[in-house]
Amino acid sequence: MTKSPFWRRFTRNKGALAGIVVLAIVVVVALLGPWIATNDPWGMVQQPFLRPWTEPGFALGTDTLGRDILSGMIYGARISLLIGAVSTVVALLIGITLGAVAGYFGGLIDSALMRFTEIFQAVPSFALAIVLVAIFQPSVGSIVTAIAIVSWPPVARLVRSEFLTLRQRDFVQAALLAGQSTPRIILTQILPNAMSPIIVMASLMVATAILLESSLSFLGLGDPNQMSWGYMVGSARTVLRQAWWMALFPGLAIVLTVLALNLVGEGLSDGLNTRLDGRTK
Amino acid sequence: MKRLQFMLTRVLQGLVAILLIATVNFMLVRAAPGDPVSVLAGEAGASDAQFVAQLRTQFGLDQPITTQLATYLGKVVTLDLGFSYRQQQPVLKLIVDRLPATLLLTGSAFVLSLLFGVTLGALSARRAGTWVDSSITVVALIFYATPLYWLALMAVLVFTVQLAWLPGFGFSTVGSGLTGLALAWDIAQHLLLPALTLALFYMAVYARMTRAAMLDVAQMDFVKTARAKGVKPGRILRAHVLRNALLPVVTLAGIQAGGMIGGAVLTETVFAWPGIGRLMFDALLQRDYSLLLGSFLVTAAMAVLFNLITDLVYTLVDPRIELT
Repeated sequence: MTKSPFWRRFTRNKGALAGIVVLAIVVVVALLGPWIATNDPWGMVQQPFLRPWTEPGFALGTDTLGRDILSGMIYGARISLLIGAVSTVVALLIGITLGAVAGYFGGLIDSALMRFTEIFQAVPSFALAIVLVAIFQPSVGSIVTAIAIVSWPPVARLVRSEFLTLRQRDFVQAALLAGQSTPRIILTQILPNAMSPIIVMASLMVATAILLESSLSFLGLGDPNQMSWGYMVGSARTVLRQAWWMALFPGLAIVLTVLALNLVGEGLSDGLNTRLDGRTK
Repeated sequence: MKRLQFMLTRVLQGLVAILLIATVNFMLVRAAPGDPVSVLAGEAGASDAQFVAQLRTQFGLDQPITTQLATYLGKVVTLDLGFSYRQQQPVLKLIVDRLPATLLLTGSAFVLSLLFGVTLGALSARRAGTWVDSSITVVALIFYATPLYWLALMAVLVFTVQLAWLPGFGFSTVGSGLTGLALAWDIAQHLLLPALTLALFYMAVYARMTRAAMLDVAQMDFVKTARAKGVKPGRILRAHVLRNALLPVVTLAGIQAGGMIGGAVLTETVFAWPGIGRLMFDALLQRDYSLLLGSFLVTAAMAVLFNLITDLVYTLVDPRIELT
């Protein structure tokens, strides 16, 4: 079996390989969550402040209310990945739409849309996310919306610049002459050719979205019905001096997941970059 | 003359941006849970119908929405950001009181991150492909993936709880009665951990960017020319490569400086640093929406201001920039 050039370039990047293994583990844990978690993440199942590795079945100890930390982390993986993926998809939809329209039509539409994007980019994104979630009350929906609203501008700029150059290419002129409709040209001619950088950016956006979600829930702006890594670290903050493990383990989960996503993003960037062929980098 | 015109346009654009952000802020106030009047009445500690009607007139909430918006923007222009009933103080005064601490924290973090980031990035580019390069890359990747607040907590755990080297709480030692240099030293000790933890994430960003930009610039023709002329490698690196690679890093840093104030919410929360970030966190806990939105507006305005300053510095540093 011959390996595809993409896969060959991807696997040449050792970090990306490690990243995809870690990411696969996190995804499996998230998918199987309810079946592998031994306890309800909210249930007070043991004595509070139980140290890790002291009681069988509670490998990572319990928190201030006697909830099982390992089970909480397993459920946290679900919500982190869910919010990371969905908010990225929403941000991509907004960003691709605005960027494609701006880049394809150019002129006044372009400059108006880009001004709009610039203003959004000037606002500190984390502060805006805090305000949005606080005003619309924390829930999975409001968190996804807030993260999408602060993450779309770079996508719009990237898609716009791709469209600006691709618009001039011969195959677009040919499609125009063939009488294809504008939406069809945008969706079936130009967009597929602009996909590579968008995919790379998307994988990095999932990582940023997970960091944002965990920061929001650390501040108490997580969905109150979902156990999340940020919430666990946040509730351990005040007892840090007595109970280091409550903050340490969920935080490590965040670092590993985000690191894995960033590494995979770099691997995708290598894999989709055909110019790297035949070069050892 | 052209430069003056350029600056004026940029300033005008900045003002428009701030007014637009204020408009969004106004809409968010309206979207806040509960009728604003009943919220206000509740905060003032009374809720009979007559008082509510009186408040409605007093705050102009019986006016059409466009008039209300105009009134609100007029207030923002005159720096009236409303009143916090929880803290019984005008929002602007609360923010101005906290501003110096936030500026000290973000300013120090900004300088630290740029200093370490550019140094590490340059070192990494100079030794590209060696173990120095790989270890710097790994360290940068890890800090880039670490949540600010968690890094801050771990720093407290190690340096305050375990080693007891540095204080991990507050702005200065409470009730120490220190003055002058002793006070400055005390504040510096309190500043070190929050500033470092805030700086490390951005350091990672700048290190990666400096490395990439330097490797890019090193391929360019003028570098080859310099090498062919026999300029010493160290001088090529400093005067030719680094200098040109710094431009994109500086631009990014200017954009990030505004974002740092947002990130400061997390650091200030962990370290009980009395800045705007901590103020926002307290406002969140107390559901004090006027204070929350006021702090957000000031944060956004500062970000716009930093961008503006970067733009101006940029045109001064790089004469090639088109003034449009």
